[in-house]
Amino acid sequence: MIAIIDYKMGNVRSVAKALESLGAKVELTASKTKLAKAKALVLPGVGAFAAGMKNLQKLKLIPEIKKAIAQDKPFLGICLGQQLLFSQSYEHGKHKGLDIIPGEVVMFKPGLKIPHMGWNTITQVKSKKLKVKNEKQKIFVPGILEGIPDDSYFYFVHSYYVKPLSRKWIIATTEYGQKFASIVGQGNTFGIQFHPEKSSDMGLKILKNFCRICGELE
Amino acid sequence: MLAKRIIPCLDVKDGRVVKGINFLNLRDAGDPVEQAAMYSREGADEVVFLDITASSDHRKTMLDVVKRTAEQVFIPFTVGGGIRKLSDIELILRKGADKVSLNTAAVKNPQLIKRAARKFGNQCIVVAIDAKRRPSAISHQPSASKWEVYIYGGREPTGIDVIEWVKKVEALGAGEILLTSMDKDGTQSGYDLELTRAVCEAVNIPVIASGGAGTLEHLYDGLYKGKADAVLAASIFHYGKYKVKQTKKYLAAKGLHMRCV
Repeated sequence: MIAIIDYKMGNVRSVAKALESLGAKVELTASKTKLAKAKALVLPGVGAFAAGMKNLQKLKLIPEIKKAIAQDKPFLGICLGQQLLFSQSYEHGKHKGLDIIPGEVVMFKPGLKIPHMGWNTITQVKSKKLKVKNEKQKIFVPGILEGIPDDSYFYFVHSYYVKPLSRKWIIATTEYGQKFASIVGQGNTFGIQFHPEKSSDMGLKILKNFCRICGELE
Repeated sequence: MLAKRIIPCLDVKDGRVVKGINFLNLRDAGDPVEQAAMYSREGADEVVFLDITASSDHRKTMLDVVKRTAEQVFIPFTVGGGIRKLSDIELILRKGADKVSLNTAAVKNPQLIKRAARKFGNQCIVVAIDAKRRPSAISHQPSASKWEVYIYGGREPTGIDVIEWVKKVEALGAGEILLTSMDKDGTQSGYDLELTRAVCEAVNIPVIASGGAGTLEHLYDGLYKGKADAVLAASIFHYGKYKVKQTKKYLAAKGLHMRCV
């Protein structure tokens, strides 16, 4: 079972629907026991950064999320869920995040249309293209972008973007007035700025890759 | 590079898709969920449902359409028509819509835009505007632009200037503008490019051009000459005149950034 963290922010259901359409078993939950039992956690979300953190605090879910990530339990943060992984955000003031990925969340430069809304392409960082688990037997661990060609389009809606302190976190980038990190991650922790659940076949493919990483789907 | 968007619009009445000219003479055009799924397969970037159901007791039908669409269609979709209160917005978003579009209610109560944007995020609040050209005597007044905002499905003039209004809705927190030219809607003679461009230049949020598309060149003009971020079209897709896939190929060949599937 994949637990989708229900922290009372928008758009939690569509992620569930998309994962279900792939055959994954999902549960929309804020229960710590269920999060502990789940094979993987998904933190979706549409809304403001401060409100997202406040809701996670209220539901007392922050230690559970940090514990899961420390154990390298597969974790997928989508949109706001990705931004919350960072140390801090400058969305309407300065706010502390989960501080799992060192870095910050900042607004796009003035002059661009905001929100960055619509379909944009991603470019995979070369060194992240293959993840070899066992060099001798060449077992390739399914990557989050397996089967996704560069320049595939995904649906974005956001006004702020993430800036990891270290480039090692960046899996893919996107251009909107400047280059920014559209997928970040390390180990089994992933953050995606766009909405795979709203990105048609290519988006579903990413979710399927995540399901394979966590063993929910073959 | 951000792609220009093609958005088929489905006018929905009592749970069925309909299409007419200048909001009149409605014809049945099928099941909304099936059509949204078909458009998604063809490569549509988003879908808009405009609920033109008159009586409020049939609104539940629309919520069911929203719920079923969210279960089957994995591209963004917007619901508009008859939304008056924050609780209406909440209900529609909870059923799985990505955005709502406000029209009459936004004019009657501009604070609704602000409150909705605060509560649900700017990105899911689209303000739809029905714009009509003013008689030239009025538009020659120095302070006024050439267009006036209409409400109640285009039946009632408001005296509000379109350019003033788009600036105001942006300031209130609208995430996007859906701009329909009433003069052009249903005529298949092309978008009102002057209007589209004037609005795109007045705001810094995405603008969807609507009303009047009859050929692929009209879509190109709306995106290129009109500077729109997206184009909305209904009849050219509904009656099989053009496929979305073919449309995007055409636009990409003319040099626009399109997501081709």
